[in-house]
Amino acid sequence: MASISARRLAKELREIQGEGCPVGISLLKADDFATWWFSIEVMGESLYQNEAYTLQFRFDSQYPISSPAVQFVVTDGKQAPIHPHVYSNGHICASILGNEWSPVLSVVAVCVTLQSMLASCKKKERPTDNDRYVRTAPENPKKVRCHLPKSVSSANSFPDTIPL
Amino acid sequence: MSSDYEFSDDDGDYYDDEEMLDGTQEDDMDMDAFGEDFKVVPKGKHKAYEVEYDSLSQAAVEKLMKQDVDHICGIFGVDVSTANLLLRYIKWNKERLIEKYMDNPTTMLVAAGVIVPEASSQPAPAPIRTHSSTSSGFHIPKSLKPKVEEPFVCPICFDDDTSIQTLALDCEHTFCFGCWTAYVNSKIRDEGEHSIRCMAEGCALVAPDPFIRSILIPEPGAPKTWDRFQELLVRQFVACNNDLKFCPYPSCTNTVSCPSASSKASLATVVPTVSCGALREHMFCFGCPIESDHRPVVCGVARMWLKKCRDDSETANWIKSNTKECTNCQSTIEKNGGCNHMTCKKCKHEFCWVCMGPWSEHGTAWYSCNRFDEKTGVDARDAQSKSRASLERYLHYYNRWANHEQSAKLSLDLYAKTEKKMEDMQITSALTWIEVQFMKKAVEEVDKCRMTLKWTYAMAYYLAKGNQKDLFEDNQRDLEKAVEDLSELLESPIEAENIPTLRQQVTNKTVYVQKRNEIVLEDTANGFVEGRWKWNITVEGFDDPESD
Repeated sequence: MASISARRLAKELREIQGEGCPVGISLLKADDFATWWFSIEVMGESLYQNEAYTLQFRFDSQYPISSPAVQFVVTDGKQAPIHPHVYSNGHICASILGNEWSPVLSVVAVCVTLQSMLASCKKKERPTDNDRYVRTAPENPKKVRCHLPKSVSSANSFPDTIPL
Repeated sequence: MSSDYEFSDDDGDYYDDEEMLDGTQEDDMDMDAFGEDFKVVPKGKHKAYEVEYDSLSQAAVEKLMKQDVDHICGIFGVDVSTANLLLRYIKWNKERLIEKYMDNPTTMLVAAGVIVPEASSQPAPAPIRTHSSTSSGFHIPKSLKPKVEEPFVCPICFDDDTSIQTLALDCEHTFCFGCWTAYVNSKIRDEGEHSIRCMAEGCALVAPDPFIRSILIPEPGAPKTWDRFQELLVRQFVACNNDLKFCPYPSCTNTVSCPSASSKASLATVVPTVSCGALREHMFCFGCPIESDHRPVVCGVARMWLKKCRDDSETANWIKSNTKECTNCQSTIEKNGGCNHMTCKKCKHEFCWVCMGPWSEHGTAWYSCNRFDEKTGVDARDAQSKSRASLERYLHYYNRWANHEQSAKLSLDLYAKTEKKMEDMQITSALTWIEVQFMKKAVEEVDKCRMTLKWTYAMAYYLAKGNQKDLFEDNQRDLEKAVEDLSELLESPIEAENIPTLRQQVTNKTVYVQKRNEIVLEDTANGFVEGRWKWNITVEGFDDPESD
């Protein structure tokens, strides 16, 4: 399986280096197929104007079958954006990183989704359970078995449930 | 009581003499042949403290599932895998499914991931897959056939080899066989997921069982993954059904059906201790998450007690030995140094640590207190002891509870020791292997009774004061005495000339202990049915404690 993960990431990296990233997103560092860093900025008018954040992607050998571990970097003086779905330790509560992850999604697709998550924010605030979560959260956000609300899902998803 | 026992002479008695009380029991759950000799139960009647239940193998549960599936197939005219997806989606609530499906079949089929919604960019296939397509009732998607017409690049692994085999569900989202295999395996093995959706982003179509099977079968580890998938399906079915509970023991796949304990209200009158039948130890409570036999006390009280012990026991012990309460505001105070002149941090009350009386009466006797008998001091200590009383009371019950738990843990050692003794006995006396089994039986009985005793302390702690509690504690005391006597007997050294006496004594005591245990269990269980037990605390399903 390792070969699938490497081949897939090589291809994604080639595309990023060849065609570039969407506006506001840029690759900072991708020296291996284990961890990549991106800079992400919200373009146009939003609560996060002129603020740049660093996103970290960690891949395991099961990628892209299993989702990457994605979080905002909060070390070296960097901060996570203040957002109702972003914890102060950088963990992100987004369904596409959890139970709505699909192997056809890519690193760039995740960046774009998170960018639009920030862009559409109406009020800068931390999640209500931030303190409790940060106290007990494991280092890797993928180890959290949670409650992912359908907070951030991709634009063209089907309504996948009907109320019972 | 004698009418309750039956002296049997027609069944296979392992004892050569007739000194044993021998009752037979119609309990098909009992797997221990020797157990038959000691059971003192009326024939053909369920004991008051036992619930009726059935143990089901995974195959038996699958049969139940199949009945539901067949029922749905018959009503809706859909194929087996469609019926399966619908039922899994609606959590096996057949009535609700029928209602919803009759209301709008397309909505239901879309929601369950059987078909793609009409509005999708792809032209939707026929809305319902009918079972007429194959005689077996299984529908093999046509897309299972490999497609090689156009150059294909798998959107997941970017493999563009022309020879790769591809697969798609009815939504036509095509991926290579390797990616599907990795995906299905990871869903089943790592995530324990039984509903496997299409890999395409946002596609809600769920892979039907034949599709999953076709993917797993060529895999080397396939039977395992496929079996795991079947197990996950059974687990979901069991979880959706209140009458059923999965055996909580690791890697056990049996299920217990116990309709008499399926409602919350029923748990105020029965203690549904069940066994899945796979192994003797696979005993658990049907009504709560406690993975052992907590008879005679009902689930609500047992849980409350366990929670209290988790929260309190160590802390309580420490508080008891290291602190005192302020005689004015009852705050708990730890004296970690300094003189006896205490000033309560909370209420600023000044008192003496030794006599607990107010400091104002001490004058300048700073480091010694010789005023232990002064009236104010006595009063203060009275108040102190009152607040200590509840702690003492808790510890009284807790220590006895913990003691039995500890003894039960040590029973493994006792088993080993007893086996050794039994061997010795066979050597030093003329007794056969069968004839020394009385020792083992006695140890088992002691073990069982300690379980009962343990939980009687949890029960007694919460029982409201009164005649009923007195009676309960009388029974408890009798059992405890009998158990300790038997325990002592088992520990006593064996000398060849004593063996016949010892055997006689142990056998008699074992029967007696068993009888006492029956009485405690029986009486407590009856008490629940009759509503005799009153608590000193609010317990779910019971009347609130009387305020007197």
